[in-house]
Amino acid sequence: METPEVEKCRTGSSGQPDEIDSILEKYRGRKDALIPALYDIQKVMNYLPESAAVKVAEALEVPVSKVYGVATFYTLFSVKPRGKHIIRVCESAPCHVLGAMNVVKELERELGIKVGETTKDGRFTLELTSCLGTCGVAPAIMIDDVVYGNLTADKIPHILSEYR
Amino acid sequence: MEFYRSHVLVCGGTPCVLEGCKAVRDALISEVRRAGLAGEVKVVETGCLGPCDMGPIVVVYPEGITYARVGVKDVPVIVEEHLLKGRAVDRLVLGTGAKEKGVVSYERPPYFELQQRIVLRNCGMIDPDSIDEYIARDGYRALAKCLTEMTPGEVIDAVKESGLLGRGGAAFPTGVKWSFTARATANQKYVVCNADEGEPGTFKDRLILEGDPHSIIEGMAIAGYAVGADKGFIYIRGEYVLSIERLERAIQKAREYGLLGEDILGSGFDFDIEVRKGAGAYVCGEETALIESMEGDRGEPRLKPPYPGTCGLWGKPTVVNNVETLANVPPIILNGPKWFRGFGTERCPGTKVFTLTGDVNNKGLIEVPMGITLRQVIYEIGGGIPGGRAFKIAQTGGTSGGCLPKELLDVPMDYFSLPEAGSALGSGALLIVDDSHCIVDIARCFMKFFKHESCGKCVPCREGTDRLYEIVDKVAQGNGRLEDLDLALELSRVMQVASLCGLGQAAPLSLMTILQYFGDEFREHIVGKTCPAGTCGF
Ligand SMILES: Cc1cc2nc3c(=O)[nH]c(=O)nc-3n(C[C@H](O)[C@H](O)[C@H](O)COP(=O)(O)O)c2cc1C
Ligand code: FES
Repeated sequence: METPEVEKCRTGSSGQPDEIDSILEKYRGRKDALIPALYDIQKVMNYLPESAAVKVAEALEVPVSKVYGVATFYTLFSVKPRGKHIIRVCESAPCHVLGAMNVVKELERELGIKVGETTKDGRFTLELTSCLGTCGVAPAIMIDDVVYGNLTADKIPHILSEYR
Repeated sequence: MEFYRSHVLVCGGTPCVLEGCKAVRDALISEVRRAGLAGEVKVVETGCLGPCDMGPIVVVYPEGITYARVGVKDVPVIVEEHLLKGRAVDRLVLGTGAKEKGVVSYERPPYFELQQRIVLRNCGMIDPDSIDEYIARDGYRALAKCLTEMTPGEVIDAVKESGLLGRGGAAFPTGVKWSFTARATANQKYVVCNADEGEPGTFKDRLILEGDPHSIIEGMAIAGYAVGADKGFIYIRGEYVLSIERLERAIQKAREYGLLGEDILGSGFDFDIEVRKGAGAYVCGEETALIESMEGDRGEPRLKPPYPGTCGLWGKPTVVNNVETLANVPPIILNGPKWFRGFGTERCPGTKVFTLTGDVNNKGLIEVPMGITLRQVIYEIGGGIPGGRAFKIAQTGGTSGGCLPKELLDVPMDYFSLPEAGSALGSGALLIVDDSHCIVDIARCFMKFFKHESCGKCVPCREGTDRLYEIVDKVAQGNGRLEDLDLALELSRVMQVASLCGLGQAAPLSLMTILQYFGDEFREHIVGKTCPAGTCGF
């Protein structure tokens, strides 16, 4: 179990049930709004817990299985708890050719975790991703909404320090 | 409008933003003010100028001098030398011509010389947040022309005659596509702009949307008028944060100016646009998967026919077009189909926007006439291979495309010649790989992509992408078997014909071309247990 501090650090919000209800208000009965609704909820909860999926299903009038099906289909959604900051390293060919693996190794070393894991303090989750559309400055990573490019291993500690 | 003697354009595309262009822009503004030039010199943040890995890029007009890799510390020199004294700062000028007269023109650096800008006509030239600057460069004139002087049928005919082929990869004639939807009878039709752009190595749509969002709005409105749709959607990758922001602002501005909404320009034509964010799935770029995703489902492709043109979003006739396709429409309407046919080749008129990536000196965004050769792009525009290494392969069309060896560098790049050579033009992504890389390792990277992105709906693709990855991975580990290579080829052919959508059909192409041209390197791994490039550590 995570301590409340870690939980709070991770989600940056208490993720109170009424917060979810107020998000869902504007999507009530709108089947087509499943993806926007999941986006909004993940923004405050940091991931999509089962309890939230049930509420979404009720509000949009779709089966829970469908909510789960959609939430697990798209890479930007997660049904598992994640770190406060999501680091996504591009592993597609243009980044691979210019040394993405060195970036991955350095990130793993700096963070003390492997790809797919979350740091103990709940601050970072490290993931691999397909092309981010910034191949002109390969190799590239995204931390949350921010892109970093032209990376070499020695630039990593400085970038991470902005989030520590 | 105020008059300024000089305009300083600072590239504000994503690649430059992350190299610190905001700080450069701010420094320029304050330095210009400090020098007392605020009334004479205007600093403008624009969309992408192209040479992305040389950012931040700064261009000074009217001289048209392009400065590369400008840092905050360079700003005082540029203001002092160039803007006050009128002398270009040679050491920062992009390209070589600088020393001749101290002044080079914007078109002169070799990087720009072979380029022709139709799609990118405004990228890097205007402030993308300013609808006035777009209008000042003929923006929305094509829409006005359609609404006041042309019937929907005439618009479709013009696009047909131009020979414009869809730039999203499938190269379907745009005018013909529109005519299907125009003919369909329905109480509601839609126009969808496909900005999902997930093909590895492709970032053109992002930079078009960041640099010139109004051109897409205008193109969509023209498409809506032509086919009889009053509602448009832009389906865009969730990662494209800056594009989404700029699009939202541009749509808002267009509404304020009466260029979107009801009764546009008093013509009785209604059209509005909504932005929908994707959530990270390559297959959602496939038009029917995109529609599933917009309807709130898992983005799994539908069986075709019916095609979206007659039965698309919520079962209604829907035109789906790529960003670059739509950006071509206003100039075609304005200048006529004949003008457009003056660029490119007979079968593929116009230009193509390519994204140049990998082991090449000048990476970035370029727009060139269709039919240019790979050699010209790599060596003349791209500046060749860095670090004295030798060329090994070029992959055209992104990870879905094929790999060409140096013997095929003179193939013209268009939608017919590249497939004839066993590859594809696709989205226009070009990946250059030098001889320091092991071909097995590169092939494994391609196969991993498809293994991950296959949506799992059909068996040939779901199983095939897994098996192909496994076979290549075993070779890279030193455990490959010769008979597996035959198996891989057989499996590839099955995937090409039996997969439900273009993802599975295109997935084996890179491996097939690699086995054709670099089969020996695979066999050396298997039989000789050595990796000639020395990167597979076994
Ligand atoms: C797996 C797959 C991914 C695709 N991704 C894109 C994409 O990101 N952008 C795009 O415009 N077209 C993409 N396409 C092509 C679309 O299905 C469709 O042909 C295109 O959007 C039509 O627009 P156009 O006629 O203007 O090219 C993809 C196709 C497949 C099979
Ligand atoms: S390949 Fe890495 S950002 Fe495109």
